[in-house]
Amino acid sequence: MLSSVFTVSLAQSAIELGCIYGLVALALFVSFSLLNIADLSTDGCFTLGCAVCAIVTLNGHPILGLFAAMAAGIASGYVTAFLQTRLGIQSILAGIIVNTGLYTINIAVMGFASNVNLFASDTVFKKAEALFDSNWTDLFVILVIVVIVALVLAWFLGTRLGLSIRATGDNPFMIRASSVSPVFTITVGLCVANAMTGLSGGLLAQYQKSCDINIGTGQVTIALASLIIGETLVGRGKVMKRIFGVILGSCLYRFIVAIALRFNVPAECLKLVSSVIVAVAIALPYLKQQAAFMKTKRAALRKRKQGGGIHAGID
Amino acid sequence: MLELIDISKTFNPGTVNEKKALDHVSLKMKEGDFATIIGSNGAGKSTMFNAICGTFYVDEGAIILDGKDITYEKEHRRSKYIGHLFQDPMKGTAPHMSIEENLALAYLRASNAKGRIFSRISKKEKEMFREKLSLLDMGLEDRMKNPVGLLSGGQRQALTLLMATVVTPKILLLDEHTAALDPGTAEKVLNLTKTIVKERNITCLMITHNMQSALELGNRTLMMDSGSIILDIQGKERETMTVDDILEKFKEGVGKRFDNDRILLSNAEK
Repeated sequence: MLSSVFTVSLAQSAIELGCIYGLVALALFVSFSLLNIADLSTDGCFTLGCAVCAIVTLNGHPILGLFAAMAAGIASGYVTAFLQTRLGIQSILAGIIVNTGLYTINIAVMGFASNVNLFASDTVFKKAEALFDSNWTDLFVILVIVVIVALVLAWFLGTRLGLSIRATGDNPFMIRASSVSPVFTITVGLCVANAMTGLSGGLLAQYQKSCDINIGTGQVTIALASLIIGETLVGRGKVMKRIFGVILGSCLYRFIVAIALRFNVPAECLKLVSSVIVAVAIALPYLKQQAAFMKTKRAALRKRKQGGGIHAGID
Repeated sequence: MLELIDISKTFNPGTVNEKKALDHVSLKMKEGDFATIIGSNGAGKSTMFNAICGTFYVDEGAIILDGKDITYEKEHRRSKYIGHLFQDPMKGTAPHMSIEENLALAYLRASNAKGRIFSRISKKEKEMFREKLSLLDMGLEDRMKNPVGLLSGGQRQALTLLMATVVTPKILLLDEHTAALDPGTAEKVLNLTKTIVKERNITCLMITHNMQSALELGNRTLMMDSGSIILDIQGKERETMTVDDILEKFKEGVGKRFDNDRILLSNAEK
């Protein structure tokens, strides 16, 4: 039974998707965990990256497509940051506004069509296959990209600017009184985060050989779940460890979804399954804490009853 | 070093909540001066600090630091050379970042004047942090990877002091920075302040409600009331002054205001 559930190909595709979507989780790691901003433009930005990359790839430049997706993400992040830092719009609202606007832009990017397919186009995966053809080529390409992004991000977060970005989310008061302008750190932080979201969308476009206008729907929830699964598993240690945890969380999420599909959950129920997984993942740390407290409380009450005395006036 | 020339600030002008927080304050601090500031709540002590830091711009007057006019310089630009400690130990550090990262942030912001936003902390600098932490005598040098949130209020305040002075600031502003600590820890942090300020000859302003330390620490004592400096004592006069004397002066200053109020009220009645 179990062997039929855990096949190699299932694990492989879970890791591949986990790493691709893990980039969105990393983006939320920067914007949500570090900067303490709920960036709701993630869904739209993911689709933007996907659409831009699809169009550039369709025109024969798959590698350039990935960079274009990142650039598009940076532009989107900049607009979100501009709305909240320069125009005083609350961060959640700024995200929603950008997300809504992006829908039109995404459709426009795809030439006012709701999907684009790349079956005939050259992609980074096809390029890699031309060099060495194996079952593992896709995974290898994805891993290389994710590892590069993770290393650059870890390096960046240790620089003066990176530390300032982390301090902005951790103690806004402190950063206001230190020599870095919070307007600047928030802007850079959101640009970095959305660059990763865009790249993730771009990679997915080439991996799936298609792009759809609704591909980004629910991305923010899933990425958040991955992020929280990761942070629950590895805790809040060093930056590199946390980055690893986020990717791990994303892969784990894909595993759970893949297993759910294995048990013949109909495809139209997938969104519901996703949101249940997300709710459980986010609630788990809290429930664990509550359970621990109930245990301590029960033990303390039992001790009181046995010892007598203390509760003389209480009952 | 620091010169305040006739600065004024009124909050909420033209409304019922109008408050003249600073009323033509002038002050000249020489290099290495250490002045303690006393005064009742709402006298304008913290407001004066905030004016120096650039939390707001003053309505009139000028602020000169080390020969440079900083009156309209932005807050985050000034903070490169101004150290500011608050009563609340939580304000000066980032709780989820490690001791080392907090120090690195303070060090990097102040040391590289411009441009090098991608600079990182070297091994040698980490060693320097370690040495400085060991001077605090709180065992923090062995916990450099721990998040600051795990430290006690006293430890956090000592660390904040270290961060504010890791690169010697042109002026150090201490806003009742020991008021939230227990007496033992407060004394320790205060002694630490004394040592650091003296060793590096830092120009320093310190707000305190403790009259004893107001007279003992530093070389100058200022008294503020209703947005003005009403007393500025130093040298011989200060040496011979006792806590009772200063309380007397304090009453005098505040009393004068009461008298003025009474005159105003009686005039209104007529």
